[in-house]
Amino acid sequence: MAISKEQVSHVANLARLSFNDEELSQFTDQMSKITNMFNQLQEVDTTDVEPMTHVVDLVNVVRDDVPAPADPEERTALLNNAPDTEDGYIKVPAIFNNGEDSAE
Amino acid sequence: MNFETTIGLEVHVELKTKSKMFSPSANEFGDTPNMNTNVIDWGYPGVLPSVNKGALEYGMRAALALNATIAKENHFDRKNYFYPDNPKAYQITQFEQPIGHDGWVEVELENGATKKIGIEELHLEEDAGKNTHRGQNSYVDLNRQGTPLIEIVSKPDMASPEEAYQYLETLRQVIQFSGVSDVKMEEGSLRVDANISIRPVGQKEYGTKTELKNINSFNYLRKGLEYEEKRQAQILLSGGTIRQETRGYNENTGETVLQRVKEGSDDYRYFPEPDIPPIHISDDWIAEVRRSIPEMPAARRQRYSKELGLSAADAAVLTQSLEMADFFEATVAAGADAKLAANWLQGEVSAYLNAEKLELAGTALTPTNLATMISLITDGTISSKIAKKVFKEIITKGTEPKQWVEAKGLVQLSDPAKLLPMITEILDNNQQSITDFKNGKDRAIGFLVGQIMKQTHGQANPKVVNQLLIQELKKR
Repeated sequence: MAISKEQVSHVANLARLSFNDEELSQFTDQMSKITNMFNQLQEVDTTDVEPMTHVVDLVNVVRDDVPAPADPEERTALLNNAPDTEDGYIKVPAIFNNGEDSAE
Repeated sequence: MNFETTIGLEVHVELKTKSKMFSPSANEFGDTPNMNTNVIDWGYPGVLPSVNKGALEYGMRAALALNATIAKENHFDRKNYFYPDNPKAYQITQFEQPIGHDGWVEVELENGATKKIGIEELHLEEDAGKNTHRGQNSYVDLNRQGTPLIEIVSKPDMASPEEAYQYLETLRQVIQFSGVSDVKMEEGSLRVDANISIRPVGQKEYGTKTELKNINSFNYLRKGLEYEEKRQAQILLSGGTIRQETRGYNENTGETVLQRVKEGSDDYRYFPEPDIPPIHISDDWIAEVRRSIPEMPAARRQRYSKELGLSAADAAVLTQSLEMADFFEATVAAGADAKLAANWLQGEVSAYLNAEKLELAGTALTPTNLATMISLITDGTISSKIAKKVFKEIITKGTEPKQWVEAKGLVQLSDPAKLLPMITEILDNNQQSITDFKNGKDRAIGFLVGQIMKQTHGQANPKVVNQLLIQELKKR
């Protein structure tokens, strides 16, 4: 299955990335090769094989519901690392509030 | 052409765990911005999220309380999208295998009938941070980032805005009584999106649906859905087609407004979360969580009617909130008569809460003080008029009522030995009233009682005064 330039452009747009035409062609070519490799994997007969989501045998790695105390130093370090801050908030260019500012 | 309506709701509920879904940061917001955050919440490279066992169990508890089946094999998935309140650029959620599926709640409709509304699935996920928009910038606080959420997706089983309203109310009660969330819409711990479509009666396929988002109250949900029903019908009747889109509700105009045309689910490029190993839930674990579920509102209502003799209406009001139901039970346990406790909570207490815009916990009222005050009324120590004063004192200051009425001299005068001399004196001075009484004018008694109340500054027990008065009048 070949990947089209439009698909690459669409995915780039979802990732908020912008490419020139040359880059788009290059990525289209590379992504096609990747999907082709998966197509090859599809040829393996997986009848009766349980789907798996992980390659390690770990299960139920959980943590008790105990909060760690807030660490003002870590907070300062994180805020210092942000491109811009104001009054302890991370400052970003205005976003149109289309209702997506909470989990969907 | 007649249409029928189909509504499904997606409800997000914040779980009140102590720590976040995938990081040990405190699950509290409203604090100093970005205080309850760490490298995991900020999505730093190389960090490892870990699943909060408490959040898993709250999710299981909610699923069981909603009669859903728990999935034995669970894993998490990544939902990819870019937004400043989502620092990882993905949300960890359950896309392929929700923790609970095929639940239901029984909803009581306005006409008294009940209807079972199906729940398609419940899945666990994390909340995003909070954006504040001001001028040319937005300001991000990640304290909420990573708060555990359950999303509860109903089946498209609701046939009217009213049914949707009742379903949401029932769901809110069940979740609140299960103890996993405060479910307060005004604080964002309960959020609702609604899908609505209409189709000509008899048509098999559903019509194209629109999604209502950012609804701020249960009432606006009902109004928004009512508007959307009419809007869609008008479009279809005029030969148009419905576009699949997201709409908001404008509280000022009462209309729904276009927000955006819906993106495809493919754009979220879901894939299994590689950082979190699968979660296997055993039957024993499910049984353990099931045992931890507190008594549900429907069971409480039944108990209030059967064991405490309350009317169905009283039981329904008292179980509207967990806080009220628990307070009622504690008041009864402290010795109050159930019916009187129910009356006070629904009457004076609720009126006070509404007037002051408070919740029970925000007042000084305790179940013990309420119970004591109620017994002071029933045993005749205080009059119902004085009770209003006592009530104000115990709800605003938390004063112990028995000591207070004694200290303030508000105890009702019920002792015949003290009342009789006064009655005799008043009768001696009101010969005309005695004559009137003998002539069958009952009004005379009212006058005489009034005189005694005046002399005792309202503290005489009217019942005792009445008895003594009639007894004495008959002697003359």
